[in-house]
Amino acid sequence: MPTNTTTDRLDILKTYKLFIDGKFPRSESGRTTTILNSKGQPLAYTSRASRKDLREAVESARRAQATWASSTAYLRAQIIYRIAEMLEGRRAELIESIHSVAAPIAKSAKKSKSSGKSLTPAAEVAFSIDRLVHYAGWADKFSQVLGCNNPVAGPHYNFTVPEPTGVVAVIAPDQPPLLGLVSLLAPVICSGNATVLISSQTNPLPAVLLGEILATSDVPAGVVNILTGDHAELIPFIAGHRDIDAVHGAASGDSATTLRAGSAENIKRVVIRDSIEYTSSECESAWWIEPFVEMKTIWHPASA
Amino acid sequence: MTDTQLAHTNGSTTLDRNGSTADHIAPPGVRWNYAAAPETVKVTIEPRYGHYINGDWTKPNSTFTTENPATQKPLSEISNASAAQVDTAVKAARAALGPWSKLPAKERAKYIFRIARRIQERSRELAILETMDSGKPIKESRDVDIPLVAQHFFYHAGWADKLAYAFPGATPSPIGVCGQIIPWNFPLLMAAWKLAPALACGNTCVLKPAETTPLTALRLAEICHEVGLPKGVVNIITGDGRTGAAMASHPGFDKLAFTGSTEVGKKIALAAASRGTKLTLELGGKSPHIIFDDASIDQAVEGIIQGIYFNQGEVCCAGSRLFVQENILDQVVAKLKIRLASLRVGDPMDKNTDVGAVNSKAQLDQINRYIALGQSEGAQIHDVNPSTLPSSGYWCRPCFFTGVQPSHTIAREEIFGPVLSILSFRTPEEAISRANNTPYGLAAGIWTDKGSKIFEIARKLKAGVVWCNTYNKFDPSSPFGGFKESGFGREGGVQGLRAYVNLH
Repeated sequence: MPTNTTTDRLDILKTYKLFIDGKFPRSESGRTTTILNSKGQPLAYTSRASRKDLREAVESARRAQATWASSTAYLRAQIIYRIAEMLEGRRAELIESIHSVAAPIAKSAKKSKSSGKSLTPAAEVAFSIDRLVHYAGWADKFSQVLGCNNPVAGPHYNFTVPEPTGVVAVIAPDQPPLLGLVSLLAPVICSGNATVLISSQTNPLPAVLLGEILATSDVPAGVVNILTGDHAELIPFIAGHRDIDAVHGAASGDSATTLRAGSAENIKRVVIRDSIEYTSSECESAWWIEPFVEMKTIWHPASA
Repeated sequence: MTDTQLAHTNGSTTLDRNGSTADHIAPPGVRWNYAAAPETVKVTIEPRYGHYINGDWTKPNSTFTTENPATQKPLSEISNASAAQVDTAVKAARAALGPWSKLPAKERAKYIFRIARRIQERSRELAILETMDSGKPIKESRDVDIPLVAQHFFYHAGWADKLAYAFPGATPSPIGVCGQIIPWNFPLLMAAWKLAPALACGNTCVLKPAETTPLTALRLAEICHEVGLPKGVVNIITGDGRTGAAMASHPGFDKLAFTGSTEVGKKIALAAASRGTKLTLELGGKSPHIIFDDASIDQAVEGIIQGIYFNQGEVCCAGSRLFVQENILDQVVAKLKIRLASLRVGDPMDKNTDVGAVNSKAQLDQINRYIALGQSEGAQIHDVNPSTLPSSGYWCRPCFFTGVQPSHTIAREEIFGPVLSILSFRTPEEAISRANNTPYGLAAGIWTDKGSKIFEIARKLKAGVVWCNTYNKFDPSSPFGGFKESGFGREGGVQGLRAYVNLH
């Protein structure tokens, strides 16, 4: 039995649940995964999401999306900035969530180019907060960069505006568990998409903490739904789901192929992030927003 | 026409389309007789064509016939590219990529400007050829297709040395070798939509025109040759679906671009999935066209006609689902009948022709299948156009259906012909929800004279192009492409360039 080293008090091992529609349900499958600390002892339990949980999450995102998209860009900007503020207030807890399961990950991470290997948990949290601030600022600007008026050869007023694609599945990389997730999530929601987020499989704790933070933030229920679980199990269901409009996913190999093949199901927009250095400024760009917006071009006669 | 008369004709038109019905009698005074006004300039067509690969023509092999759909007379023998020939074309494009992409951007631009100019100079020849091969009326190929083709090359030529302005905060570079597969409804225009942005961004191309309409693309290959475009930069290969499949599965393409049916688009997406080949898809549509009671009705009727009968309705963004506000439904239907009856269907080479020949036997069969389905599922056909159809060729008299339910096949599936389904609605909310109730999202139309309503509806419609108080307008500076299952990526405008660059 793991005990707290400073007292003889027995730790409470928390079972974290899923975050769907602003509520915290258990997986309908009843399955859980044991999360071990760096010494290999049980630290917490997370829910292992099933196909049905994914369906619930997609339905929740679909219900929330139109309202989120029609809120003003200024409001979305403030709400995303508010997430950053709340993360800032819970830095210590987030650092602990990364740190507590960090050690066993480091070995496997060496194989991957996108390990963020020199990233300390404290730096990761700081990067994550700053990334949210970056995208908070984009919410009321990206359409000015990506849209425009068009000088058509005729008596018409013609302009192009970007609109959110709809429901986007975000698949976080295993490492870095918080920064990877935030980097893939923020550009998707700032334009008005709603999301189903799959956490890092190896360390889902920062993601479940984020869910608890979002639940008391101003993000409307259903805009971000968070599932923890097995990527290999969930990815084919994401690819095959006809009401997921796009995927922003950290994946490689067969998983990446499976996700891309999902395009053939309902013409999903699929963006695979592989070998990304998440601390790099390449993750901060209007061109990370652009894959998850649809360009709408409007014509109107300009002669009486 | 009174409501009573309308109800009567509605009831009397579920007869055989070849038979004579009361609906066939045009309202008096709306039809004039024109003398024939055929385009008489003759263009030369080679008896046999090979592929244009690496700046040279291959010997014609395993050929098939391309015919004039208005006469069913053969025009030429076209080669069917084998997988090996696809490979040769890809290698030629690969070899040309380095020098072409490293050419100073201003020089690259000048080649594309040259192409635009030669198209303008040879526009009459191209228009005639396009009409012969596709069946579209000469007035459309002459006044719409070919001018837009030239403009498209001209517009994109100028982008070649200005790409840094198109992607603020990022550095664009060419994607590489592009495989481009295009449809038969706007043969040369679709070639321009694919080639012009690809070349401007420094890519090289292998383009396959549709099996039934290869002639103008082959003429474009001649023009590329004529203007001295370096060999291998543009390769044009012809063939049927097997050539297309060979392209989709060829590992040498860095990018695939496809315009055509959603069914084939999904197959291409699947083929490209394992390699992660970049993809743009411009697929089908079932675009809603919404008429509010505060619209200018006569202008709206003109827009409806443009929306569904332009190019025989063989248009991916055709306004094929008409939603009319309930209180003006009878009025709109009555006016539409008068206007429909005045359309001139027949010889595409005649300058007065409004609706030409359907592109192929297969397409005509598909349209007729949908017309039969519309009738058997309980909608009422209005087949009021009195044109006498030529005895040979593939013809479909333009028509529309009333009494269409959202569940009817003709209200859900893309017909790709001059067949309009008319539905009604009561409130703007109902119009929006019914309009968006489709897996497609290519285009939409709105008619109302109330400005704030236009912007509200335009914002809520899930469509890549929204025409307000107009329909079927195109311009190279205006991006085109769909939401949802109508595809991804845009063609035209600064946004269209995104499909042909990598960003760093």
